[in-house]
Amino acid sequence: MAYVAVKGGERAIEAAHAWLAEERRGDPMLPELTVPQIAQQLGLAVDRVMAEGACHDRGLAALAIKQARGDLIEAAFLLRAYRTTLPRFGASLPLDTGAMRIRRRISATYKDLPGGQVLGPTFDYTHRLLDFALAAEGEPPPPAPEAPAGDATMPRVTGILAREGLMASEAPGEAEPPDLTREPLACPADRPLRLQALARGDEGFLLALGYSTQRGYGNAHPFVGEIRLGEVAVEIEPPELGFPIEIGEITVTECQMVNQFAGSRTEPPQFTRGYGLVFGHGERKAMAMALVDRALRARELGEEATAPAQSEEFVLYHCDNVEATGFVEHLKLPHYVDFQSELEKIRQMRATALREAAE
Amino acid sequence: MGVLARATAAEILARLAEAPALPPHRRLRGPETGLVMARGRQGGDGAPFNLGEVAVTRCSVRLEDGTVGHAYASGRDARQAELAAVLDAVLQDPARRAAWLAAVIEPLAAAQAGRAASQAAKAAATRVQFLTMATMR
Repeated sequence: MAYVAVKGGERAIEAAHAWLAEERRGDPMLPELTVPQIAQQLGLAVDRVMAEGACHDRGLAALAIKQARGDLIEAAFLLRAYRTTLPRFGASLPLDTGAMRIRRRISATYKDLPGGQVLGPTFDYTHRLLDFALAAEGEPPPPAPEAPAGDATMPRVTGILAREGLMASEAPGEAEPPDLTREPLACPADRPLRLQALARGDEGFLLALGYSTQRGYGNAHPFVGEIRLGEVAVEIEPPELGFPIEIGEITVTECQMVNQFAGSRTEPPQFTRGYGLVFGHGERKAMAMALVDRALRARELGEEATAPAQSEEFVLYHCDNVEATGFVEHLKLPHYVDFQSELEKIRQMRATALREAAE
Repeated sequence: MGVLARATAAEILARLAEAPALPPHRRLRGPETGLVMARGRQGGDGAPFNLGEVAVTRCSVRLEDGTVGHAYASGRDARQAELAAVLDAVLQDPARRAAWLAAVIEPLAAAQAGRAASQAAKAAATRVQFLTMATMR
Protein backbone atom coordinates (compact mmCIF):
# COMPACT_ATOMS: atom_id res chain seq x y z
CA MET A 1 0.00 0.00 0.00
CA ALA A 2 1.38 3.37 -0.83
CA TYR A 3 0.51 6.82 0.41
CA VAL A 4 1.40 10.17 -1.03
CA ALA A 5 2.70 12.96 1.13
CA VAL A 6 0.23 15.76 0.56
CA LYS A 7 0.96 19.30 1.64
CA GLY A 8 -1.54 22.04 2.05
CA GLY A 9 -3.80 20.59 4.70
CA GLU A 10 -2.19 22.24 7.72
CA ARG A 11 -4.66 25.08 8.12
CA ALA A 12 -7.61 22.77 7.64
CA ILE A 13 -6.18 20.39 10.25
CA GLU A 14 -5.62 23.23 12.73
CA ALA A 15 -9.18 24.41 12.28
CA ALA A 16 -10.47 20.84 12.63
CA HIS A 17 -8.57 20.40 15.90
CA ALA A 18 -9.83 23.73 17.22
CA TRP A 19 -13.38 22.63 16.47
CA LEU A 20 -12.70 19.26 18.10
CA ALA A 21 -11.58 21.07 21.27
CA GLU A 22 -14.75 23.18 21.22
CA GLU A 23 -16.95 20.11 20.71
CA ARG A 24 -15.12 18.29 23.49
CA ARG A 25 -15.87 21.09 25.93
CA GLY A 26 -19.52 21.31 24.85
CA ASP A 27 -21.71 24.13 26.14
CA PRO A 28 -19.39 26.41 28.17
CA MET A 29 -22.37 27.39 30.32
CA LEU A 30 -22.22 23.88 31.82
CA PRO A 31 -19.52 23.02 34.36
CA GLU A 32 -16.49 21.26 32.89
CA LEU A 33 -15.96 17.57 33.75
CA THR A 34 -12.91 17.06 35.92
CA VAL A 35 -10.56 14.08 35.62
CA PRO A 36 -11.24 13.00 39.24
CA GLN A 37 -14.98 13.07 38.49
CA ILE A 38 -14.44 10.71 35.57
CA ALA A 39 -12.14 8.48 37.67
CA GLN A 40 -14.76 8.32 40.43
CA GLN A 41 -18.10 8.42 38.66
CA LEU A 42 -17.33 6.68 35.36
CA GLY A 43 -15.19 4.07 37.09
CA LEU A 44 -16.12 1.14 34.86
CA ALA A 45 -15.19 3.10 31.72
CA VAL A 46 -11.85 3.86 33.39
CA ASP A 47 -11.41 0.16 34.22
CA ARG A 48 -12.09 -0.84 30.62
CA VAL A 49 -9.62 1.68 29.25
CA MET A 50 -6.94 0.47 31.70
CA ALA A 51 -7.59 -3.15 30.70
CA GLU A 52 -7.56 -2.57 26.94
CA GLY A 53 -4.81 0.04 27.19
CA ALA A 54 -2.89 -2.61 29.20
CA CYS A 55 -1.75 0.11 31.58
CA HIS A 56 -2.99 0.49 35.13
CA ASP A 57 -3.30 4.13 36.16
CA ARG A 58 -6.74 5.46 36.99
CA GLY A 59 -5.79 9.11 36.57
CA LEU A 60 -4.23 8.59 33.14
CA ALA A 61 -7.16 6.48 31.95
CA ALA A 62 -9.64 9.11 33.15
CA LEU A 63 -7.68 11.84 31.38
CA ALA A 64 -7.63 9.73 28.21
CA ILE A 65 -11.42 9.34 28.40
CA LYS A 66 -11.86 13.09 28.75
CA GLN A 67 -9.49 13.80 25.86
CA ALA A 68 -11.18 11.14 23.69
CA ARG A 69 -14.63 12.59 24.43
CA GLY A 70 -15.71 9.25 25.88
CA ASP A 71 -14.52 7.18 22.89
CA LEU A 72 -13.07 4.29 24.90
CA ILE A 73 -11.06 2.72 22.07
CA GLU A 74 -9.49 6.09 21.30
CA ALA A 75 -8.78 6.44 25.05
CA ALA A 76 -7.10 3.00 25.16
CA PHE A 77 -5.03 4.10 22.14
CA LEU A 78 -3.93 7.27 24.00
CA LEU A 79 -2.93 5.21 27.03
CA ARG A 80 -0.96 2.73 24.90
CA ALA A 81 0.85 5.64 23.24
CA TYR A 82 1.67 7.22 26.60
CA ARG A 83 3.06 4.01 28.07
CA THR A 84 5.65 3.84 25.30
CA THR A 85 7.23 7.02 26.76
CA LEU A 86 7.86 5.39 30.15
CA PRO A 87 10.81 3.18 31.13
CA ARG A 88 10.16 -0.38 32.29
CA PHE A 89 11.32 -0.90 35.89
CA GLY A 90 10.76 -4.65 35.83
CA ALA A 91 8.03 -7.19 36.42
CA SER A 92 5.95 -7.94 39.49
CA LEU A 93 5.82 -11.21 41.33
CA PRO A 94 2.72 -13.07 40.12
CA LEU A 95 -0.41 -11.60 41.75
CA ASP A 96 -1.88 -13.85 44.43
CA THR A 97 -5.59 -13.69 43.62
CA GLY A 98 -6.20 -16.30 46.32
CA ALA A 99 -5.24 -13.64 48.88
CA MET A 100 -7.54 -11.02 47.33
CA ARG A 101 -9.43 -8.59 49.59
CA ILE A 102 -12.81 -9.71 48.28
CA ARG A 103 -15.52 -7.25 47.29
CA ARG A 104 -17.47 -9.75 45.24
CA ARG A 105 -17.21 -13.52 44.99
CA ILE A 106 -19.84 -15.73 43.45
CA SER A 107 -19.99 -19.30 42.24
CA ALA A 108 -22.57 -20.84 39.94
CA THR A 109 -21.41 -24.38 40.74
CA TYR A 110 -21.72 -24.50 44.54
CA LYS A 111 -24.40 -22.75 46.53
CA ASP A 112 -22.97 -23.19 50.01
CA LEU A 113 -19.28 -22.89 49.43
CA PRO A 114 -16.88 -21.86 52.19
CA GLY A 115 -16.87 -18.07 52.42
CA GLY A 116 -20.32 -17.88 50.85
CA GLN A 117 -21.74 -15.99 47.92
CA VAL A 118 -20.78 -12.32 48.23
CA LEU A 119 -22.66 -10.16 45.74
CA GLY A 120 -20.64 -6.95 46.05
CA PRO A 121 -21.47 -3.80 44.06
CA THR A 122 -23.25 -5.45 41.12
CA PHE A 123 -25.75 -4.53 38.41
CA ASP A 124 -27.15 -8.07 38.70
CA TYR A 125 -30.70 -8.10 40.11
CA THR A 126 -31.28 -4.48 39.11
CA HIS A 127 -34.37 -4.13 36.94
CA ARG A 128 -32.64 -2.25 34.16
CA LEU A 129 -35.22 0.50 34.39
CA LEU A 130 -33.89 3.98 33.81
CA ASP A 131 -33.59 5.75 37.13
CA PHE A 132 -34.75 9.30 36.56
CA ALA A 133 -33.69 10.26 40.06
CA LEU A 134 -30.12 10.21 38.72
CA ALA A 135 -31.06 12.82 36.13
CA ALA A 136 -31.56 15.35 38.93
CA GLU A 137 -28.73 16.43 41.13
CA GLY A 138 -29.43 15.15 44.60
CA GLU A 139 -27.89 14.26 47.87
CA PRO A 140 -25.30 11.48 47.80
CA PRO A 141 -26.81 8.08 48.61
CA PRO A 142 -26.57 6.84 52.20
CA PRO A 143 -23.53 4.67 52.95
CA ALA A 144 -23.97 0.98 52.06
CA PRO A 145 -24.90 -1.24 55.00
CA GLU A 146 -22.18 -3.10 56.86
CA ALA A 147 -22.22 -6.48 58.58
CA PRO A 148 -19.65 -8.29 60.71
CA ALA A 149 -17.13 -9.73 58.28
CA GLY A 150 -15.84 -12.52 60.49
CA ASP A 151 -12.75 -14.23 59.21
CA ALA A 152 -14.40 -16.36 56.54
CA THR A 153 -11.69 -17.55 54.20
CA MET A 154 -12.54 -17.79 50.53
CA PRO A 155 -10.90 -20.91 49.08
CA ARG A 156 -10.89 -21.21 45.32
CA VAL A 157 -13.64 -23.35 43.83
CA THR A 158 -11.08 -24.88 41.49
CA GLY A 159 -9.15 -25.97 44.60
CA ILE A 160 -12.26 -27.72 45.98
CA LEU A 161 -12.56 -29.70 42.73
CA ALA A 162 -8.84 -30.34 42.55
CA ARG A 163 -8.83 -31.95 46.00
CA GLU A 164 -11.18 -34.60 44.63
CA GLY A 165 -8.98 -35.01 41.59
CA LEU A 166 -11.80 -33.76 39.37
CA MET A 167 -10.00 -30.63 38.15
CA ALA A 168 -7.02 -30.77 35.85
CA SER A 169 -4.19 -29.01 37.62
CA GLU A 170 -2.45 -26.10 35.95
CA ALA A 171 0.97 -26.69 34.52
CA PRO A 172 3.28 -25.36 37.21
CA GLY A 173 6.48 -23.54 36.46
CA GLU A 174 8.17 -20.23 37.03
CA ALA A 175 9.44 -19.74 33.48
CA GLU A 176 9.83 -16.14 32.34
CA PRO A 177 6.59 -15.58 30.37
CA PRO A 178 6.69 -14.22 26.82
CA ASP A 179 5.80 -10.53 26.50
CA LEU A 180 4.05 -9.31 23.37
CA THR A 181 4.97 -5.71 24.16
CA ARG A 182 8.58 -6.76 23.58
CA GLU A 183 8.35 -9.53 20.95
CA PRO A 184 5.69 -9.41 18.26
CA LEU A 185 2.93 -12.00 18.57
CA ALA A 186 3.69 -15.23 16.72
CA CYS A 187 1.61 -18.38 16.36
CA PRO A 188 1.53 -21.04 17.63
CA ALA A 189 1.30 -19.09 20.87
CA ASP A 190 1.59 -20.74 24.26
CA ARG A 191 -1.03 -20.12 26.88
CA PRO A 192 0.83 -17.34 28.77
CA LEU A 193 1.12 -15.35 25.55
CA ARG A 194 -2.52 -16.01 24.69
CA LEU A 195 -3.64 -14.86 28.13
CA GLN A 196 -1.67 -11.63 27.78
CA ALA A 197 -3.28 -10.96 24.40
CA LEU A 198 -6.75 -11.76 25.73
CA ALA A 199 -6.30 -9.62 28.87
CA ARG A 200 -5.71 -6.55 26.68
CA GLY A 201 -8.16 -7.68 23.98
CA ASP A 202 -11.34 -5.89 23.00
CA GLU A 203 -14.22 -6.69 25.32
CA GLY A 204 -16.80 -6.64 22.53
CA PHE A 205 -14.80 -8.97 20.29
CA LEU A 206 -14.12 -11.44 23.11
CA LEU A 207 -17.74 -11.24 24.26
CA ALA A 208 -18.97 -12.20 20.78
CA LEU A 209 -16.45 -15.03 20.51
CA GLY A 210 -17.29 -16.32 23.99
CA TYR A 211 -20.97 -16.18 23.07
CA SER A 212 -20.26 -18.12 19.88
CA THR A 213 -18.73 -20.98 21.91
CA GLN A 214 -21.94 -21.19 23.94
CA ARG A 215 -24.08 -21.25 20.81
CA GLY A 216 -22.33 -24.27 19.36
CA TYR A 217 -19.26 -22.90 17.63
CA GLY A 218 -16.73 -24.70 19.76
CA ASN A 219 -18.70 -27.20 21.79
CA ALA A 220 -18.25 -25.64 25.22
CA HIS A 221 -20.20 -26.60 28.33
CA PRO A 222 -19.04 -23.95 30.73
CA PHE A 223 -19.98 -23.24 34.33
CA VAL A 224 -18.87 -20.22 36.28
CA GLY A 225 -16.80 -21.96 38.92
CA GLU A 226 -16.03 -18.63 40.48
CA ILE A 227 -15.87 -14.92 39.84
CA ARG A 228 -13.98 -12.77 42.29
CA LEU A 229 -13.46 -9.03 42.36
CA GLY A 230 -11.29 -7.15 44.79
CA GLU A 231 -7.90 -5.75 45.63
CA VAL A 232 -4.62 -7.59 45.33
CA ALA A 233 -1.18 -6.44 46.42
CA VAL A 234 1.43 -5.83 43.73
CA GLU A 235 4.89 -6.93 44.83
CA ILE A 236 8.23 -6.43 43.15
CA GLU A 237 11.74 -7.45 44.06
CA PRO A 238 14.01 -4.50 43.20
CA PRO A 239 17.62 -5.52 42.59
CA GLU A 240 18.89 -2.77 44.94
CA LEU A 241 16.91 -4.32 47.83
CA GLY A 242 17.02 -8.02 47.05
CA PHE A 243 13.74 -8.78 48.82
CA PRO A 244 10.09 -8.36 47.75
CA ILE A 245 8.23 -5.17 48.64
CA GLU A 246 4.61 -4.19 48.16
CA ILE A 247 4.20 -1.23 45.83
CA GLY A 248 0.45 -0.80 46.17
CA GLU A 249 -2.84 -2.49 45.52
CA ILE A 250 -4.78 -2.86 42.30
CA THR A 251 -8.33 -3.97 41.64
CA VAL A 252 -8.72 -7.02 39.43
CA THR A 253 -11.55 -9.30 38.33
CA GLU A 254 -10.92 -13.02 37.99
CA CYS A 255 -13.12 -15.67 36.40
CA GLN A 256 -12.61 -19.41 36.62
CA MET A 257 -14.76 -21.13 34.02
CA VAL A 258 -15.19 -24.87 34.64
CA ASN A 259 -15.53 -27.00 31.52
CA GLN A 260 -16.06 -30.66 30.82
CA PHE A 261 -13.21 -32.63 29.36
CA ALA A 262 -13.95 -36.10 28.02
CA GLY A 263 -10.45 -37.31 28.78
CA SER A 264 -7.81 -38.69 26.50
CA ARG A 265 -5.53 -41.72 26.33
CA THR A 266 -3.35 -40.29 29.07
CA GLU A 267 -5.89 -38.27 31.11
CA PRO A 268 -9.07 -39.52 32.80
CA PRO A 269 -12.30 -37.54 32.26
CA GLN A 270 -12.21 -34.42 34.42
CA PHE A 271 -12.92 -30.72 34.45
CA THR A 272 -10.62 -28.18 32.85
CA ARG A 273 -10.32 -24.46 33.36
CA GLY A 274 -10.80 -21.42 31.24
CA TYR A 275 -9.23 -18.45 32.94
CA GLY A 276 -9.95 -14.75 32.83
CA LEU A 277 -8.11 -11.98 34.67
CA VAL A 278 -8.47 -8.27 33.94
CA PHE A 279 -7.52 -4.94 35.48
CA GLY A 280 -10.35 -3.26 37.33
CA HIS A 281 -13.96 -4.30 37.68
CA GLY A 282 -14.58 -6.05 34.37
CA GLU A 283 -16.75 -9.06 34.93
CA ARG A 284 -18.12 -9.41 31.40
CA LYS A 285 -14.61 -9.17 30.01
CA ALA A 286 -13.19 -11.67 32.52
CA MET A 287 -15.97 -14.16 31.69
CA ALA A 288 -15.54 -13.73 27.93
CA MET A 289 -11.78 -14.09 28.31
CA ALA A 290 -12.23 -17.32 30.28
CA LEU A 291 -14.54 -18.77 27.62
CA VAL A 292 -12.12 -17.90 24.83
CA ASP A 293 -9.10 -19.11 26.83
CA ARG A 294 -10.76 -22.50 27.21
CA ALA A 295 -11.72 -22.63 23.53
CA LEU A 296 -8.12 -21.87 22.55
CA ARG A 297 -6.88 -24.82 24.61
CA ALA A 298 -8.39 -27.21 22.04
CA ARG A 299 -5.00 -28.06 20.52
CA GLU A 300 -3.36 -28.69 23.88
CA LEU A 301 -6.26 -30.91 25.03
CA GLY A 302 -6.43 -32.85 21.77
CA GLU A 303 -9.89 -31.54 20.85
CA GLU A 304 -11.02 -30.91 17.30
CA ALA A 305 -10.62 -27.21 16.50
CA THR A 306 -13.27 -26.15 14.01
CA ALA A 307 -14.78 -22.93 15.35
CA PRO A 308 -13.44 -19.36 15.09
CA ALA A 309 -12.98 -19.09 18.88
CA GLN A 310 -10.68 -22.14 18.76
CA SER A 311 -8.43 -20.61 16.11
CA GLU A 312 -5.42 -19.04 17.75
CA GLU A 313 -4.47 -17.01 14.70
CA PHE A 314 -8.00 -15.73 14.16
CA VAL A 315 -8.53 -14.74 17.79
CA LEU A 316 -5.11 -13.40 18.73
CA TYR A 317 -4.50 -11.41 15.57
CA HIS A 318 -7.91 -9.73 15.72
CA CYS A 319 -8.63 -9.18 19.42
CA ASP A 320 -6.51 -6.05 19.86
CA ASN A 321 -8.77 -3.07 19.26
CA VAL A 322 -5.93 -0.54 19.00
CA GLU A 323 -4.32 -2.55 16.19
CA ALA A 324 -7.69 -3.24 14.59
CA THR A 325 -8.77 0.38 14.67
CA GLY A 326 -5.41 1.43 13.26
CA PHE A 327 -5.74 -0.81 10.25
CA VAL A 328 -9.42 -0.15 9.62
CA GLU A 329 -9.09 3.61 10.08
CA HIS A 330 -5.96 3.87 7.97
CA LEU A 331 -8.31 3.45 5.02
CA LYS A 332 -9.15 7.12 5.59
CA LEU A 333 -5.61 8.18 4.69
CA PRO A 334 -5.02 9.47 1.16
CA HIS A 335 -4.84 6.54 -1.26
CA TYR A 336 -4.91 8.84 -4.28
CA VAL A 337 -2.14 7.12 -6.26
CA ASP A 338 -3.38 3.61 -5.43
CA PHE A 339 -6.82 4.61 -6.50
CA GLN A 340 -5.56 6.26 -9.72
CA SER A 341 -4.07 2.93 -10.78
CA GLU A 342 -7.31 1.16 -9.88
CA LEU A 343 -9.20 3.70 -12.01
CA GLU A 344 -6.89 3.11 -14.96
CA LYS A 345 -7.31 -0.62 -14.65
CA ILE A 346 -11.09 -0.60 -14.38
CA ARG A 347 -11.38 1.80 -17.36
CA GLN A 348 -9.23 -0.53 -19.46
CA MET A 349 -11.24 -3.58 -18.41
CA ARG A 350 -14.50 -1.80 -19.21
CA ALA A 351 -13.21 -0.70 -22.58
CA THR A 352 -12.12 -4.26 -23.37
CA ALA A 353 -15.43 -5.72 -22.19
CA LEU A 354 -17.48 -3.21 -24.19
CA ARG A 355 -15.38 -3.79 -27.33
CA GLU A 356 -15.76 -7.56 -27.02
CA ALA A 357 -19.53 -7.22 -26.50
CA ALA A 358 -19.77 -5.09 -29.63
CA GLU A 359 -17.90 -7.62 -31.74
CA MET B 1 7.06 0.08 52.58
CA GLY B 2 3.67 -1.33 51.67
CA VAL B 3 1.99 1.15 54.02
CA LEU B 4 3.78 4.12 52.45
CA ALA B 5 3.09 2.78 48.95
CA ARG B 6 -0.64 2.71 49.71
CA ALA B 7 -0.72 6.18 51.32
CA THR B 8 -1.06 9.43 49.38
CA ALA B 9 1.49 12.23 49.70
CA ALA B 10 -1.16 14.28 51.52
CA GLU B 11 -1.72 11.52 54.07
CA ILE B 12 2.01 11.13 54.68
CA LEU B 13 2.46 14.90 55.02
CA ALA B 14 -0.42 15.03 57.51
CA ARG B 15 1.41 12.53 59.71
CA LEU B 16 4.74 14.33 59.27
CA ALA B 17 3.18 17.61 60.38
CA GLU B 18 2.95 16.16 63.88
CA ALA B 19 6.37 14.47 63.80
CA PRO B 20 9.89 15.87 64.15
CA ALA B 21 11.28 17.35 60.95
CA LEU B 22 12.77 14.88 58.48
CA PRO B 23 16.56 15.20 58.14
CA PRO B 24 17.90 16.78 54.94
CA HIS B 25 18.52 14.41 52.06
CA ARG B 26 19.99 14.31 48.59
CA ARG B 27 18.27 12.60 45.64
CA LEU B 28 20.26 9.71 44.21
CA ARG B 29 17.69 8.66 41.63
CA GLY B 30 14.34 10.10 40.64
CA PRO B 31 11.67 10.56 41.66
CA GLU B 32 10.84 9.04 38.27
CA THR B 33 7.78 7.33 36.86
CA GLY B 34 7.96 4.11 34.89
CA LEU B 35 6.14 0.84 34.45
CA VAL B 36 6.11 -2.50 36.18
CA MET B 37 4.67 -5.42 34.25
CA ALA B 38 2.09 -7.00 36.55
CA ARG B 39 1.92 -10.76 36.24
CA GLY B 40 -0.87 -13.19 36.93
CA ARG B 41 -0.87 -16.98 37.00
CA GLN B 42 -2.75 -19.06 34.44
CA GLY B 43 -5.74 -20.62 36.16
CA GLY B 44 -4.88 -18.51 39.22
CA ASP B 45 -2.21 -20.95 40.42
CA GLY B 46 -0.24 -22.06 37.36
CA ALA B 47 2.67 -20.63 35.42
CA PRO B 48 2.99 -16.82 35.26
CA PHE B 49 1.76 -14.65 32.39
CA ASN B 50 1.99 -10.91 31.72
CA LEU B 51 -1.28 -9.21 32.60
CA GLY B 52 -0.45 -5.59 31.87
CA GLU B 53 1.69 -2.73 33.09
CA VAL B 54 1.21 -0.62 36.21
CA ALA B 55 2.47 2.95 36.46
CA VAL B 56 5.00 3.13 39.29
CA THR B 57 7.09 5.97 40.72
CA ARG B 58 10.39 5.30 42.43
CA CYS B 59 12.91 7.37 44.31
CA SER B 60 16.24 6.78 46.06
CA VAL B 61 17.76 9.27 48.50
CA ARG B 62 20.81 9.57 50.73
CA LEU B 63 20.80 11.21 54.15
CA GLU B 64 23.76 13.26 55.40
CA ASP B 65 24.89 10.34 57.55
CA GLY B 66 25.12 8.19 54.40
CA THR B 67 21.97 6.12 54.92
CA VAL B 68 20.30 5.29 51.62
CA GLY B 69 16.50 4.97 51.33
CA HIS B 70 14.50 3.49 48.47
CA ALA B 71 10.83 3.66 47.60
CA TYR B 72 8.56 2.27 44.90
CA ALA B 73 4.87 3.18 44.83
CA SER B 74 2.21 2.51 42.23
CA GLY B 75 0.91 5.69 40.62
CA ARG B 76 2.62 8.86 39.51
CA ASP B 77 2.97 10.77 42.77
CA ALA B 78 6.58 11.97 42.85
CA ARG B 79 6.14 13.64 46.26
CA GLN B 80 4.85 10.42 47.80
CA ALA B 81 7.78 8.41 46.42
CA GLU B 82 10.35 10.90 47.69
CA LEU B 83 8.79 11.11 51.17
CA ALA B 84 8.62 7.31 51.29
CA ALA B 85 12.30 7.04 50.33
CA VAL B 86 13.33 9.49 53.08
CA LEU B 87 11.19 7.61 55.60
CA ASP B 88 12.75 4.33 54.45
CA ALA B 89 16.14 5.85 55.26
CA VAL B 90 15.25 7.24 58.69
CA LEU B 91 13.54 3.96 59.64
CA GLN B 92 16.88 2.20 59.25
CA ASP B 93 18.26 4.00 62.33
CA PRO B 94 17.58 1.53 65.17
CA ALA B 95 17.58 4.34 67.74
CA ARG B 96 14.86 6.33 65.99
CA ARG B 97 12.96 3.53 64.27
CA ALA B 98 10.31 3.01 66.95
CA ALA B 99 9.56 6.74 67.12
CA TRP B 100 9.11 7.06 63.34
CA LEU B 101 6.98 3.93 63.23
CA ALA B 102 4.72 5.34 65.94
CA ALA B 103 4.53 8.80 64.42
CA VAL B 104 3.98 7.94 60.75
CA ILE B 105 3.70 4.29 59.79
CA GLU B 106 1.39 2.96 62.48
CA PRO B 107 -1.28 5.69 62.12
CA LEU B 108 -1.22 5.27 58.33
CA ALA B 109 -1.47 1.49 58.69
CA ALA B 110 -4.38 1.90 61.12
CA ALA B 111 -6.23 4.18 58.70
CA GLN B 112 -5.67 1.71 55.86
CA ALA B 113 -6.83 -1.20 58.00
CA GLY B 114 -9.93 0.80 58.89
CA ARG B 115 -10.78 1.37 55.25
CA ALA B 116 -10.17 -2.31 54.47
CA ALA B 117 -12.39 -3.36 57.38
CA SER B 118 -15.16 -1.04 56.20
CA GLN B 119 -14.97 -2.55 52.72
CA ALA B 120 -14.98 -6.08 54.17
CA ALA B 121 -18.03 -5.17 56.25
CA LYS B 122 -19.86 -3.85 53.18
CA ALA B 123 -18.99 -7.06 51.32
CA ALA B 124 -20.23 -9.11 54.28
CA ALA B 125 -23.57 -7.27 54.14
CA THR B 126 -23.98 -8.56 50.57
CA ARG B 127 -23.29 -12.19 51.54
CA VAL B 128 -26.30 -14.30 50.59
CA GLN B 129 -28.02 -16.05 53.51
CA PHE B 130 -29.74 -19.00 51.86
CA LEU B 131 -32.86 -20.20 53.62
CA THR B 132 -32.16 -23.87 52.98
CA MET B 133 -28.77 -24.89 54.20
CA ALA B 134 -28.27 -28.04 52.17
CA THR B 135 -24.89 -29.66 52.19
CA MET B 136 -22.63 -29.22 49.28
CA ARG B 137 -22.94 -31.49 46.19
